[in-house]
Amino acid sequence: MINTKDILETIDMIDNENLDIRTITMGISLLSCADSDISRSAQKVYDKVTCSAEKLVETGEYIERTYGIPIINKRISVTPVSMLLAASGGDPLVYARAMDNAARELGVNFIGGYSALVHKGFSAGDRELILSIPQALAQTEFVCSSVNIGSTKAGINMDAVALMGGVVRECALLTADRNCIGAAKLVVFMNAPEDNPFMAGAFHGPGEPDLVINVGVSGPGVVRAALAKCPDGNLTEVADIIKKTAFKITRMGQLVGTVASSRLGVPFGIVDLSLAPTPAVGDSVAHILEEMGLETCGIPGTTAALALLNDAVKKGGVMASSHVGGLSGAFIPVSEDAGMIDAARDGVLSIEKLEAMTSVCSVGLDMVIVPGGTSAETISAIIADEAAIGMVNAKTTAVRIIPAIGREAGEELEFGGLLGSGPIMKVNDSRSSAKFVSRGGRIPAPLQSLKN
Amino acid sequence: MKAVITVIGRDTVGILAKVSTECASKGANIIDVTQSVMSGMFTMIMLVELDGLNSDFSELVSSLEALGEKIGMKVHVMHEDIFNSMHRI
Repeated sequence: MINTKDILETIDMIDNENLDIRTITMGISLLSCADSDISRSAQKVYDKVTCSAEKLVETGEYIERTYGIPIINKRISVTPVSMLLAASGGDPLVYARAMDNAARELGVNFIGGYSALVHKGFSAGDRELILSIPQALAQTEFVCSSVNIGSTKAGINMDAVALMGGVVRECALLTADRNCIGAAKLVVFMNAPEDNPFMAGAFHGPGEPDLVINVGVSGPGVVRAALAKCPDGNLTEVADIIKKTAFKITRMGQLVGTVASSRLGVPFGIVDLSLAPTPAVGDSVAHILEEMGLETCGIPGTTAALALLNDAVKKGGVMASSHVGGLSGAFIPVSEDAGMIDAARDGVLSIEKLEAMTSVCSVGLDMVIVPGGTSAETISAIIADEAAIGMVNAKTTAVRIIPAIGREAGEELEFGGLLGSGPIMKVNDSRSSAKFVSRGGRIPAPLQSLKN
Repeated sequence: MKAVITVIGRDTVGILAKVSTECASKGANIIDVTQSVMSGMFTMIMLVELDGLNSDFSELVSSLEALGEKIGMKVHVMHEDIFNSMHRI
């Protein structure tokens, strides 16, 4: 029989430490839906998505019930829609509506892939799709969007960066009456992964198979609770505890992915080894850093603690899974993490410190709320800074920033659900970055891209 | 398929009997049981074979959870693979 202690530990993790599978995401290629007639193409998108993912929600619920593990979201990612638009032309919103209707019909939580990959330049359909993002996110409920503006291999497309500052602002403006939620569903990427199961940045890359199942795990509460049992261990011991805990969490993701893949008859892609927080008490990445000995997340020592955490999560997780991918690392979305919210509210956590933290963990400036008056140029400059960190370090970085229209630093925005709430953080924009951003062109790829 | 049933809560008379009866009525064959009582807290772990189940698994889970609520105990019914995959290499 299985060890009693192990059984009780698993149950404790689920009942008291918020262990869950954050998402089962089905990736669906839409390349077969390309058509020169946009209505026909959109109908093919709706048909393919609803047919391929018909049993996704049901399968997720079956796994939850059978294994006793909560699966928070069931999601879909699709081929970047700009690729379909390249063939069809026409109004991109037709695709957004088709995606939204398919998601509603299936009962999934999100559908990602209203996206464009423009790291080296714009091709047919890209610019039109990007300009339609604010309307698409304002008019739909489930659609999520992302744009890849750079890569270590290609450099940074500064024309796209300049464009995205305005797009992010417009997303917030069009949804100002709904806490600017549009901007929370748009991610601007550097080195975007093609198999990411997490929203809002999930899309199904062109190199992926026709259909695939990817799984994103969670569990910051489990790591914090494990560390709490070793209050005086040195940092080598801390790293070992995190590795062991990450291993267990990831094994569960591997099991869920394997079962989902087999029941759906769809290949299993990857497990994303992520520590994804939620606003719930006891589910915070910031609290792990505080458990290591920092009084509050954001003070000196935070970057080092986060580097240790991020590395140990990967080391523990990588052996637990046959294929690892996606973003894989600790997430630091401010409004989705109770500890980050408190630290930002107290003025201890600044955007500049968050930027430093993003150089050692997955993703980037995530769910950061800035004053409504923050200019498009300043947002573009923030995106460029984040992209530079990703480009030079050959890692994914991203910006999901929400200008709180009509509000100032110190006030708060409330999104609800997984997106949480958070204080509006001060932006260092007393001087302008407009001239730099308006130069356009491409920041050349760094030397580290020349690996061949 | 095998499942692990855990029952945790304040110790009272007849917990094992009630859970076993519910398992028998659903056709779940108990193949191993371990239980302990420490400071009045009762913990029981049961391994059951489900090949002869006369209802679907979901119904077994619901009936045992309902029983748990009735007797004031927390009951979990989980496929054994979750424990095997988390704790065994």
